[in-house]
Amino acid sequence: MSAETTQPPDLIQPVLTGLRERFGDAIREVSGHRGEVTIELDTARLVEVATWLRDDPAAAFTHLSDLSGTDYPKRPDRLCVDYHLYSREHNVRLRLKVRVTVEDPHVPTVTGVWPTANWHEREVYDFFGVRFDGHPNLVRILMPEDWKGHPQRKDYPLGGVDVDYIDAHVPPPDTRRYKGGWTST
Amino acid sequence: MSDLESAQQEAPERDRPTQSQLVQEAIVRPGEAHDLPAPSAAERVSVNERRAQQVLAIGGGDWAEVSARAHAEGDDDLMVINMGPQHPSTHGVLRLVVTLRGEEVTSLQPVVGYLHTGIEKSIEYRTWVQGVTFVTRMDYLSPIFNETAYCLAVEKLLGIEAPPRAQALRVLMMELNRVSSHLVWLATTGLELGALSIMLYGFREREEILDIVEEVTGLRMNHAWVRPAGVSQDLPDGTEEHVRAFIGDMRDKIDEYETLLTNNPIWLERTRGIGVLSTEQLVGLGITGPMLRAGGIAHDLRKAEPYCGYEQYDFEVPTADTSDVYARYQIRIAEMRESLKIIEQVLDAMPSGPVMLSDPKVGWPAKLALGPDGLGNSPAHVQHIMGESMEALIHHFKMVTEGIKVPEGEVYVTVESPRGELGYHVVSDGSNLPYRVHVRDPSFVNLQTVPVMMNGLLVADVIAALSSTDPVLGGVDR
Repeated sequence: MSAETTQPPDLIQPVLTGLRERFGDAIREVSGHRGEVTIELDTARLVEVATWLRDDPAAAFTHLSDLSGTDYPKRPDRLCVDYHLYSREHNVRLRLKVRVTVEDPHVPTVTGVWPTANWHEREVYDFFGVRFDGHPNLVRILMPEDWKGHPQRKDYPLGGVDVDYIDAHVPPPDTRRYKGGWTST
Repeated sequence: MSDLESAQQEAPERDRPTQSQLVQEAIVRPGEAHDLPAPSAAERVSVNERRAQQVLAIGGGDWAEVSARAHAEGDDDLMVINMGPQHPSTHGVLRLVVTLRGEEVTSLQPVVGYLHTGIEKSIEYRTWVQGVTFVTRMDYLSPIFNETAYCLAVEKLLGIEAPPRAQALRVLMMELNRVSSHLVWLATTGLELGALSIMLYGFREREEILDIVEEVTGLRMNHAWVRPAGVSQDLPDGTEEHVRAFIGDMRDKIDEYETLLTNNPIWLERTRGIGVLSTEQLVGLGITGPMLRAGGIAHDLRKAEPYCGYEQYDFEVPTADTSDVYARYQIRIAEMRESLKIIEQVLDAMPSGPVMLSDPKVGWPAKLALGPDGLGNSPAHVQHIMGESMEALIHHFKMVTEGIKVPEGEVYVTVESPRGELGYHVVSDGSNLPYRVHVRDPSFVNLQTVPVMMNGLLVADVIAALSSTDPVLGGVDR
């Protein structure tokens, strides 16, 4: 853990110790930044670790705050899913992270551990194309159901989608110029 | 006979199919419904007449699935109803696919996404400061919370803190915003349950808050007033008195709402025991905010993880234990009173000093002022950069066009919005544009309780139960 971590160690340390003891081989990396602790996990062991984190009294991460996706196209395992956990009992936060490739974007679902993950996982599937294995209803949630592609991947342009009702092509804003009609530079 | 009447008589009776014939046709030939031949130039009819001939076949997706399932159960009494997306009781463009047996709801499925505008993606193409103008538009009833949470996240990445006066101003505006948001909740819920006066009262008082907010930020909504490293401008003269007068009035007004509702037999009948959620459901579904506190869990991020100096203020976290619509009503009323308490304390202990960090690397260079044509750079600042200092001009230009650079890293920052935990997961790659901004909107999460709450309810109670989650679809769909 880096020196700049300001999280009180007496709160998060027992969790880290417990995790290392039980799931040492599942932990790829532990990092601290601005007082937040991130644990990168082996995708296959995610549910096991998540269940322990929820149930063990030393952790008691009963609240899945948020689940979000990020795309890092420069990495081989470019799709990243973050689980932001919060323990009301110990008033401490922890972030779990798993990374998968675009070719094999399979992550086990955590809806069995935290039911709130249901819509979050649908959102990450919708925008990043991560398949959450075992999810009860993995369909798009915010984009139209017949949408092609996953809009929040970095190689998906902003705009640049045909707007059929005015029979026009709207280029991405960073290349957009108005010359009596939208044109691209 | 007037000209008008004769003109009407002379107009030939058009051979137009009746509504039921159109519906019948749509059922018989669903695939052809969209393929009506375009009228040729010769037979071009007016737009209105063409619309009258068009048949909209409703189908596709989950609709087909749900109605097929209802039919497969072989229960002829089951009826599948689409409530929304334009139904006035759904607080925005929310669609509920409701399966009914008579008046009783057997299942309910919320469908969201109709208001998706790609805000999270758009932010990645703008500078860090411009991001504020996007996030304020998400949950449009609590814009100050969106702005503050985003700015706190950016500040955490930068490793800075806004000056004390800016923090206090943020708290002041957030609590005013909390009251106005709860007022909209009260007003719309009252309207939906037939308490029309409360609708008028709620919007009347909200208008007073919006007047104050307009005085401070220049706008009623979409303020972009909170900025990374501070706030865009200080309180104008006279606002403090304005706010104090409002607090005094508002206390009486809340009493008035309570005399109308709290012991009103109709209100009690419509809200008590409706939409109950157990503690396991609340925790498992990640519910936060007034809904969680109505279920007896006294969790408030302002107390648990104080930000913007909330630890200095004395306020209670109200809880209830029945976890029904009535409990959520009680919590929101109590929270409005607590917010007024906080606002008063903020005004009493308002620190002096700047409202924006003076560090030239992050602070916005211009002082803004309200001029004849709206909010803009103050005349003194324009004089300084245009007439006095070339360096100041270059600096202004760099800050406004290129913006600040934020060191690499990622943070997750939360604030207690009127609807619960509003979380911002912000990732920076070290450039002047955000790499990723993901918003955990409390409405998005709380809306997941709707199917759970609804089973076995009567269709009229669906409105009450849905309304008690206080969804804002601008935040849900982002």
